[in-house]
Amino acid sequence: MTDASLPAPGVQNAAPARPRWQVLLVRPETGTLLLLVGAIIVAANLSPFFSDLRFILESSTYYMEFGLVALVLTLVIISGEIDLSPAAMMALSACVFASLFQAGLPIGLAMVAGVATGAALGAFNGFLVVVLQLPSIIATIGTLTLFRGLSQVLAGDRSISGFPAWFMGIDWRTVGIVPYPVIGFTLAALALAVLLGMTVWGRQIYQIGVSEIAARHAGVRVRRIKFGLFVAMGVTSALAGLLTASRLASVRYDMATGGELQMVLMVMLGGTYIFGGRGGVLGTFLAAWLLVIIATGMNVANIVVTSQLVVMGLLLIGSIIATNAIYARTQR
Amino acid sequence: MIGALLARREVGLIVMIALVALVVGLIEPRFLTAETLRIVTLAIPLILVAAMGQMMVILARHVDLSIGAILGFAAIVAGMIFRDMPQLPTIVGVLAAIACGAVLGLANGLVVTTFNLPSIIVTLGTLSLYRGLVFLVSGSRQVDPQFIPRGLISMSQTSPIFGIPWIVLIAFAIALATWAFLGYTRTGRQIYAIGSNPVAAPLRSIRVTPVTLFVFTLSGALAGVAGVMYAARFGYVNPGITGVGFEFIVIAAVVVGGVSINGGVGSVLGVTLGVIFLGMVNVALPILGVSAFWQSAIYGAVILLALVVDRTVRIRGAAALTLSRGTA
Repeated sequence: MTDASLPAPGVQNAAPARPRWQVLLVRPETGTLLLLVGAIIVAANLSPFFSDLRFILESSTYYMEFGLVALVLTLVIISGEIDLSPAAMMALSACVFASLFQAGLPIGLAMVAGVATGAALGAFNGFLVVVLQLPSIIATIGTLTLFRGLSQVLAGDRSISGFPAWFMGIDWRTVGIVPYPVIGFTLAALALAVLLGMTVWGRQIYQIGVSEIAARHAGVRVRRIKFGLFVAMGVTSALAGLLTASRLASVRYDMATGGELQMVLMVMLGGTYIFGGRGGVLGTFLAAWLLVIIATGMNVANIVVTSQLVVMGLLLIGSIIATNAIYARTQR
Repeated sequence: MIGALLARREVGLIVMIALVALVVGLIEPRFLTAETLRIVTLAIPLILVAAMGQMMVILARHVDLSIGAILGFAAIVAGMIFRDMPQLPTIVGVLAAIACGAVLGLANGLVVTTFNLPSIIVTLGTLSLYRGLVFLVSGSRQVDPQFIPRGLISMSQTSPIFGIPWIVLIAFAIALATWAFLGYTRTGRQIYAIGSNPVAAPLRSIRVTPVTLFVFTLSGALAGVAGVMYAARFGYVNPGITGVGFEFIVIAAVVVGGVSINGGVGSVLGVTLGVIFLGMVNVALPILGVSAFWQSAIYGAVILLALVVDRTVRIRGAAALTLSRGTA
């Protein structure tokens, strides 16, 4: 990492450091923040509901599930890999959980089994990428299809429900006016931001994304870290799957279909570089809220869900183009 | 050397196809009847046509995830022309569908080449975008069977020769044309060159951008053809169903047919055999009494298996290459 604001000792006539406001302005998170503020202003003019914080928080829980996974996906993409299978992992681990519960296992044990399934699925992705050295972008397309298929085998086309009351409706439980999933998402974002920004381990993730070969020569345990990240993806996806199961009070094989788009969209909108090495958790955190505002705004404005697909697709393409342009300008 | 490896892959596929036929035939003798053969051949054409386009994209070291949505868009446009303008000849709807496919494919290519972005992420975005457009254009309304022209539907029922339906013959004609194009035209060879080494290709004065744009456009147009075939084969077009998840079937067929995901390696014969293999497995499952729910899982497993095989072959090939250099 080169830092333009620190004068290099012993170098004469070094280029003057960029002013702090310029450095801040070219950070992609700044763009996300500006978009977020803009979206809130537009949405508030669309509907009086928007001045109601409680309403926004209530409608955000759906996106918190994807947001939680997107936080970990940010680390994966910074390390130069990608995982397109988390939505399918959500479905499969939730199906395992629900099937075991239906087979008579106590719900606590079934939840543990669901999370363990997620860990195993993530480890399988990690095995494919780290041990067999398949390109993650295409290998996880294979596992996406496989995991979704296995959920279908497990659950068929029925929906599994009948969970005890304490398990259901986590999105309706609040501290003050803040629902549990929002608190979980915020805490996870804080923890990961500290991990990524302030620990050796976090800096090593950036190092791997900038140059894997250099990282290996510098003694970074590249394979171990990448494997760990994929397992973390699996565990987080399983937790998100349980959150979804609690919110919907039922589990189907098609849970979170197409969710990979939303997750990648959050990471890209947050300004993380698709080729790795740059980005951060803060951007993804802001981008998740941006999506909440945009989606809720479209719902309030009576734009049908199917047309929202167009907006999501355009946003994804627009955000990669913009992020790429910003990094191309600052990269020499 | 590479030719020998490729030959092995195709021979291997033929052996696998024969094995599936034999094993399933032993368990369920009714699998080895003309009726099954007819069902298999009818399952193939859509996948085969789209796989030809996807194959060229992957040969050029890209991936197109949006072909299912393009198929849906082309099919709904054709269906709406049939429904709302019945006085026009059928061919207008068909050409409009293919043109729509080409334009959407070109749009993919333009974004990928202009901004130098990974095609998988771009087409993940356009997959959503195009599917949304399908709903917008159609007003979320299905095109019902009575509006699809009889002439088009009969393409999958009537046959000019040996009882092979028209739609199957057209698909194989397209595969044959792709084979000739990839093997015997300058642009065709350039696609292989770009995929083998994108850095070296421009140094050999290959104009990478136009060729890449052409490949994406062709992939879109072929998905458009598959869209028309969908209307002919199933007799209706539904905005929320038509073509959903189709991209994974096609990618599975292409990689199992021996096309390297790293570009530059693959043959039309291999992909055709890959499509036939998947078609056979699909027909065999219900006959064996295996639930149709297994289909998606099998596609996924097939993709992963093909990737592992591809990697093993590549490592061996590279080792053989260094070895022969060392002894020379």
